[in-house]
Amino acid sequence: MQNRIDQLFAKKPNGVLNIYCTAGFPELNSTLPIMKSLQDAGADVIELGMPFSDPLADGPVIQDSSTLALKNGMSIPVLFQQLEGFRKEIQVPVILMGYLNPVMAYGIEAFCKKCSELGIDGVILPDLPMAEYESEYKTLFEEHNLHFIFLVTPETSEARIRKIDSLSRGFVYAVSSSSTTGKDKDMGDQSAYFKRLKNLQLKNPILIGFGIKDKKTFDAAAANANGAIIGTAFIKAVAESKDINKTIKDFIGSIR
Amino acid sequence: MDIAINTGNSKYHVDKNGYYGRFGGAYIPEMLYPNVEELQTQYFQILSDPSFQQEFDALLRNYVGRPSPLYLAQRLSEKYQANIYLKREDLNHTGAHKINNTIGQILLAKRLGKTRIIAETGAGQHGVATATVCALMNMECVVYMGSIDIERQAPNVARMKMLGATVVPATSGSQTLKDATNEAIRDWINNPIDTHYILGTASGPHPYPDMVARFQSVISEEIRKQLKEQTGSELPDYLIACIGGGSNAAGTFFHYLDEPSVKIVAVEAGGKGVHSGFSAATTQLGHLGIIHGAKTLLMQTSDGQIIEPHSISAGLDYPGIGPMHAHLYETGRGQFLSATDDEALAAAYELSKLEGIIPAMESAHALAKLKDLPLQKSDNVVLCLSGRGDKDLNTYISHMTK
Ligand SMILES: Cc1ncc(COP(=O)(O)O)c(C=O)c1O
Repeated sequence: MQNRIDQLFAKKPNGVLNIYCTAGFPELNSTLPIMKSLQDAGADVIELGMPFSDPLADGPVIQDSSTLALKNGMSIPVLFQQLEGFRKEIQVPVILMGYLNPVMAYGIEAFCKKCSELGIDGVILPDLPMAEYESEYKTLFEEHNLHFIFLVTPETSEARIRKIDSLSRGFVYAVSSSSTTGKDKDMGDQSAYFKRLKNLQLKNPILIGFGIKDKKTFDAAAANANGAIIGTAFIKAVAESKDINKTIKDFIGSIR
Repeated sequence: MDIAINTGNSKYHVDKNGYYGRFGGAYIPEMLYPNVEELQTQYFQILSDPSFQQEFDALLRNYVGRPSPLYLAQRLSEKYQANIYLKREDLNHTGAHKINNTIGQILLAKRLGKTRIIAETGAGQHGVATATVCALMNMECVVYMGSIDIERQAPNVARMKMLGATVVPATSGSQTLKDATNEAIRDWINNPIDTHYILGTASGPHPYPDMVARFQSVISEEIRKQLKEQTGSELPDYLIACIGGGSNAAGTFFHYLDEPSVKIVAVEAGGKGVHSGFSAATTQLGHLGIIHGAKTLLMQTSDGQIIEPHSISAGLDYPGIGPMHAHLYETGRGQFLSATDDEALAAAYELSKLEGIIPAMESAHALAKLKDLPLQKSDNVVLCLSGRGDKDLNTYISHMTK
């Protein structure tokens, strides 16, 4: 079967909305109901965070969601249990995002095998070095039809972006500014960077993430790429919500 | 000082890819890549530059007060029935070995055109050493420190502030060294252009472990000379150092790694006992993992979450260990022991009474293992007294009255 991420971009090359949510947040068993609500509300891609005790690239909001998820008892084995049979209900592409250490502890080969059995489409591990991916894991991920998605930043050189593009499958994750997640850096002066990326004519679609929080920032990003990723703003909305299903509907509705 | 010595043929030093055996590397998110790559491609060249070395040597001599003495501790030697030499890093300016590295890194930061410095600190010694060199070089300085450590090392917090640094509490996780390091790395991600991160120990992504080891290697370079003068041989029977991330140990062992007759002993913090659930004895409790950008031994749950360590000593309260040391452990080149909180306290009181030297809580862990080594009367033992105990007086006093 063709990977769902590729199917999506073939069908919908523009305005793709990817929502990040930490698995096991705000309650251990929130994972699936939130995924269902996200799909129903019109999210195109779901990025599930695998919580880690020491999330170096994350700001306070996602850190706190990870801490809570871990306290709730979330772990990779528990997440895989929760995801057993989820493809009966969820048709949108699902990506797992996390840090390398918990995946190493699970076993990278076993992890890929399980992801492919469950119907996961892609993986983001920002601290797995490109060279190590290429020499040790690329074949493994590809054999399991799992797209490995790399990040680029405004500081990434053109040569490196091209290398990243050649190794990435699915899409390239363009970090809007060099920052941890949820940092309110001004998006205004980023348009030059977005245009530069666009002009490189990469083989992969580009989704822009970090700092996308509402319709205005989503539209600005989507105008220069194939879509965008929202994390911190979504986690904040869920954290403050009394009716998560309604919050998700309103949140996605406000962006579309 | 030969900080740019070629170690290419050694199996204990870093290889050309930034690994020590299966440990090391640079496991960092893309946001850090340009900074880390800049260091990787430039550090060795900068360290090899004679003008860099001259500046480094001059500051170590005239500002830090090097060489630090190698002192034959008579009464300690009598007690443990061996010739025990203390390498007096406690006598350095700012009171610990940490300044050797911060002098080196601030000179490097200047050459890289950086204007802002960040650092993590546990005991506060590295924070003070960083604040000191920032004052000296007129650079902005931000130090991250766990909230618990801010409390237990209060004198050092005051010193950093007096030196003009901003001390930012790390309030996440165990609120100790690990969390301070997380915050420093996050700061670096957010300030990629103007900021250099002065990491304080021999851990982190390549090239930090090797770079820090090289700046600290002045310790073993001096030991070789001084021991030769005092005993006729450059080679001791034992080298002993405490180990948090492993910078004083790396400096003490550096020029002896390929001398098989020299026994290398590293002492980790056993906390309340290795299996008490309150420990920081990484080689005994750890498994292969990734912490702060390095693949190394790491205390973690079976699900790969990092375990919060415990030690009475803020500088050893770290769930990982530098990759060089993980390799020394795995190859058997080094012997790794652990000292409990109580053993370290007893050793600190003992050194104070026997030699008139109040050691840092960290260094006391190394001293605590003299009693457990099969020492012969003729053995020459060199122990790195990595710091002085001024910062620990509150801890020492509170345990004395108990
Ligand atoms: C006096 C002293 N010794 C030892 C250490 C442990 O660090 P390392 O293992 O890097 O030498 C510290 C850390 O703060 C320290 O202050």
